[in-house]
Amino acid sequence: MAETNVARGAAVEPAPRVEYELQLYYWMKLIRAFEERVSRLHRQNKILGGVYSGAGQEAIVTGICAPLHDGDFVAPLHRDMGVFIMRGVDPGRLMAQLMGKETGLSRGKDSFLHGGDLEHGVFGSTSMLGSSLPVAVGAALKFKMKKNPNVAVAFFGEGAASRGDVHEAMNFAGVQKLPVVFVCENNRYAYSTPLEKQMAIEDVADRAEAYGFKGHVCSGNDLLAVLELSERQIAKTRAGEGPVLIECKTYRYRGHSEHDAALYRDQEELIEWQSRDPIPRFEFYLEKKGHEIKRIREQIDERVNKTVQAAVDYAESSPLPEPQEALEDLYAPPGTSTSPNSSTNGNR
Amino acid sequence: MEATYIKAINSALHEEMRRDENVFVMGEDVAELGGAFKATEGLLDAFGEERVIDTPISEALIIGAGVGAAVLGMRPVVEMQFADFISCGFDQIVNTAATLRYRHGGKASCPLVIRAPSGAGVHGALFHSQNPEAWFARVPGLKVVAPATPYDAKGILKSAIRDGNPVVYFEHKRLYRSIKEDLPEGDFTVPIGVAELRKEGGDLSIITYGGTLGQSLDAARIVEKEDGLAVEVLDLRTLLPLDREAILATARKTGKVLVVHEDRLTGGIGGEVSAIIMENAFEYLDGPVRRVAAADAHVAFSPPLEDFILPNTNKVVEAIRSLAAY
Repeated sequence: MAETNVARGAAVEPAPRVEYELQLYYWMKLIRAFEERVSRLHRQNKILGGVYSGAGQEAIVTGICAPLHDGDFVAPLHRDMGVFIMRGVDPGRLMAQLMGKETGLSRGKDSFLHGGDLEHGVFGSTSMLGSSLPVAVGAALKFKMKKNPNVAVAFFGEGAASRGDVHEAMNFAGVQKLPVVFVCENNRYAYSTPLEKQMAIEDVADRAEAYGFKGHVCSGNDLLAVLELSERQIAKTRAGEGPVLIECKTYRYRGHSEHDAALYRDQEELIEWQSRDPIPRFEFYLEKKGHEIKRIREQIDERVNKTVQAAVDYAESSPLPEPQEALEDLYAPPGTSTSPNSSTNGNR
Repeated sequence: MEATYIKAINSALHEEMRRDENVFVMGEDVAELGGAFKATEGLLDAFGEERVIDTPISEALIIGAGVGAAVLGMRPVVEMQFADFISCGFDQIVNTAATLRYRHGGKASCPLVIRAPSGAGVHGALFHSQNPEAWFARVPGLKVVAPATPYDAKGILKSAIRDGNPVVYFEHKRLYRSIKEDLPEGDFTVPIGVAELRKEGGDLSIITYGGTLGQSLDAARIVEKEDGLAVEVLDLRTLLPLDREAILATARKTGKVLVVHEDRLTGGIGGEVSAIIMENAFEYLDGPVRRVAAADAHVAFSPPLEDFILPNTNKVVEAIRSLAAY
């Protein structure tokens, strides 16, 4: 069935890989469309509070999450909408989360991406950037202790790389040779603070060596580059070779959050990076491989728009929580012993 | 079996690790050394290095990793070598662990125990004497306990390990080897959230916990003998959630309440206990709720300074007499 999408020249490639690549393209498009819709809904006051767009950084979550298995543990950063989508979290529930609805991941308790979904292996991170790295290390410790064939993945920005939690987590992961993959999304700005004021080196990946494992750098705007590293490195970590750090160089198109016009950045710089957008870049690749990209784009746009619209419809028609629910979900009741995936003894 | 407070903690850890293979211990010097105070002695030999893990000096990591393992169904018991060091892991407790269930829509549990050797009176000075329980006792999502006897040390630790929530367990260092008790053979637990009446009396109530239970009981005996006062002593045992019923019951019974704790006066548990009584039992009171607590200073090193700052039996006796005469 892949042949319908494959013109001459690509026919030599086995069909599953072709399908896989088209699926990756779909993910990137869906994440971008979701991000753009969220920004619009925020301007329309339908989404309140902080909205932290990851537009421009989609190739990273797509490339990193693609080789993950069920039962793997992922701690996304505050821009990683794509992690939720790729791990199979229902886009409607995700949109409801952003709107503070009862059907959202946190049932209205927290905004944006702080709600997690452990059934899909997604840990809701806090606003204390980098604080999820020790948590991911703890998940990896559990996998090692229980001999689960799983990895933990912790996303962080180059901004968070300056926090002590990141050092403590990486150091211990190195000592214990844990199955954890650290992914640095280096978008060159911690809110307004440029890279050169954050660190005296160019590559966060250089630090990995000091913790006793390897650091790799790739273009975070090139899906194939991310994928090449992630497939190989995650497999090695899964096989027991210890932690790894993958640094993806990228750029955020929008401000730190939607209220931030990012006037501290040079317009030229933004345009330069937009010219390296991961989506057209991957389209170029697909086209060169013989795909009829115009037709595929139309088909996928239609699918993506439907999915996003359905998510918005679901979220908008969902009820807000009742006021007194503010006191619910603070404590696990007696007898609640474990989390949804705690019985996991390998792949779910 | 007669056990010291520290032995009670140690045997709770041994028994819980035997009972449940998901229980593991992690912290600074907990394995080879058996802990700075020997609370984890023998665990490495009994359970191996996979479940008894020495860590670098990394409190945020120790607690954060505990959270990560806990949400996947493990039951980590992590140790802060001194409660003073818990400030280095503060964010992981109050932001990561305490909000976890709330921000996951009730679909995550964090069965994590953070053991914290706290308290003064051992010449520990500024950074080995602290009683930081009040920092945590106002954070929803946490439970905070402070046992005062070997029986409770063991029974509450077992309950904490079996609980589905993050529990901060304050164990008072001065009690480690200074108190002993006959403990029953076999498994027993002490419920979290339930205070215990240690002594009955009709004239005045002391509400206390942890390191000052002994001083409160001593003071109660002194005034009973010398002044003929019958003092009731309530041991809170759990600081979050507070046992409001027990607090109000003793306040209504005696009409005069003295709160005693080793933590500082300002912002301490005593203020909250006092407010609960004011709001709910005002009409029963025959005098103001008073507090005996550490002075609003850091716990200084030199003995005259330390003695001046900390509560002791004599200070409790004086406060009882003053309140009784009110």
